[in-house]
Amino acid sequence: MMKQKSVFKVRNTELTILILPALLYFLIFHYFPMYGLQIAFKEFNPFLGIAKSPWVGLEHFSRFFSSYHFWDIIKNTLGISLYSLILGFPMPIILALMMNEMSSLRMKRIMQTVVYAPHFISTVVMVGILYIFLRPQNGLINRFIVMGGGESVAFLTEASMFKTIYVFSGIWQNTGWGTVIYLASLSAIDPQIVEAAIIDGASRWQRMMKINIPGILPMVIILFILNTGRIMNVGFEKVFLMQNPLNLRTSEIIATYVYRSGLQNYEYSFGSAVGFFNSVVNFLLLIFVNTIAKKTGESSLW
Amino acid sequence: MVRRTSFKKETAQDRVFIAINSILLAVVFLSVAYPLLFILSASISSPDSLYRGEVWLFPKAITFEGYTRVMANKEIWMGYRNTVFYTVFGTLINLSVIIPCGYVLSRKEYRFRTPITILFTFTMFFSGGLIPTYLVVDSLGLINTVWALLLPRAANMVYIIIARTYIKSNIHDSLWESAAMDGCIHTRFLLQIVLPLSKPIIAVLALFCGVIHWNSYFNALIYLSNRELVPLQLILREILIINDMGASEMMSIDDAQIAARMLRLKDLVKYAVMVVSALPLLVAYPFLQKYFATGVMMGAIKG
Repeated sequence: MMKQKSVFKVRNTELTILILPALLYFLIFHYFPMYGLQIAFKEFNPFLGIAKSPWVGLEHFSRFFSSYHFWDIIKNTLGISLYSLILGFPMPIILALMMNEMSSLRMKRIMQTVVYAPHFISTVVMVGILYIFLRPQNGLINRFIVMGGGESVAFLTEASMFKTIYVFSGIWQNTGWGTVIYLASLSAIDPQIVEAAIIDGASRWQRMMKINIPGILPMVIILFILNTGRIMNVGFEKVFLMQNPLNLRTSEIIATYVYRSGLQNYEYSFGSAVGFFNSVVNFLLLIFVNTIAKKTGESSLW
Repeated sequence: MVRRTSFKKETAQDRVFIAINSILLAVVFLSVAYPLLFILSASISSPDSLYRGEVWLFPKAITFEGYTRVMANKEIWMGYRNTVFYTVFGTLINLSVIIPCGYVLSRKEYRFRTPITILFTFTMFFSGGLIPTYLVVDSLGLINTVWALLLPRAANMVYIIIARTYIKSNIHDSLWESAAMDGCIHTRFLLQIVLPLSKPIIAVLALFCGVIHWNSYFNALIYLSNRELVPLQLILREILIINDMGASEMMSIDDAQIAARMLRLKDLVKYAVMVVSALPLLVAYPFLQKYFATGVMMGAIKG
């Protein structure tokens, strides 16, 4: 092998040309913005440009930390993401384990087709469905509530309901798609182990607990680490669409605040500072969780 | 795959397990399928029966008025046309950036493989954020052009990793070695050998990218103000979400009867437009379903 390789020219130049579009893309749309992040420490003036705008140090950060909404926003951001992580993360694992027990392949395929479907619905349509289903007047959910003898609820303008609606609609939309990776890991488990367990008289429940769950555990941990790295990245596009003046108290999160202050009020520097804070916290969380995973000897990202 | 019937010794405990499992799966199945079926039924029910809350599962007093109204709406057509454009061209751009990149990063002998991998991977965990990205797009003069929706989404490290892992594990090194022996260069090898052998992964990546382009609205919201360029999702946002909030204003129309009828029709149009906008993807994905596992697993393998 080694000998053969030296015979061929590696053709680094040609490979570089092939990767050039991707390289340009990441430089322009990912690393230029990182360079631009310095405006978080400056008073950005569009006429002076990024480099020439005057430095102001941590002024924007301290303004954000001392702002009236700061703790509300942090509480909402963490609240929504922890709520959906705790409830939403185990769901695909459980569903995949259940679907793995289906003996009819045809039924399994039909089940998969149906549970994947919500993943392909856009955020706009998803929130549109919520608006029309949760309406106080003849929204489908309220019709069920009224039929059961209850009082119809104004879900979308009720601030206290916001997180629950967000999380449960997310579970409806994402659980099925989340099973893809676990089903794949389950099918990668060596069938000989399962057969040996069957011969030893292990029940289905025991096989699930002793073979299937340990079998997918490395994947579970990797995905858990990745998810914690996104803990501050609440599904901004959905929250933004679900927001209205009446639920803002519980629905304003860092990302929507960045949009509102930065792009709508043209406070570019302030918005960048808030966004920067968000990215840094995320990044630190990711490293933190990954380190713990490494220390406990389980799988880790790096 | 092979079912060993000889092993099947189901105990009573197993049967209970299977029964409970089946019931729970049926509940999941229904709770996913029911809302979708309801929307479909509602979109062809008469506005009056919708208003009176008579539609539960099957359509009542079937009418296609919702769809004819959607068809007659110029804005929806325009949005649809734009979305098809963004999806087709966006996906083509994605694939022509991602696949060559995945191929190059799969070549162990490439000198810059490691630094480039690190450079790209870092973007998965850290980004400049909304505003610095906006400023870059702005300074490139892309605002209010179709490129504002195409270029900032041209690639994605997760998909590059998927392509790289697939190519690495499915195209054997000896294939390249014998091709190179005959004087084949990488570009030709990529086009004539790698592409045909990577059809499943290309199909999955095309679907994943296509879904993102078809469904996204936020970039259009911040980068486009020219009405002619707006994608379907922004039009949908107006119909499904913004208009919904202003529903009470409709009541100020003098003729109460007309107002009431308009309001009822509005719901019908909403259901119809949901179906029309989601249908292409909902029809397409089952054909690629068997490749999803491959695609998702390729992204999760470290390499």
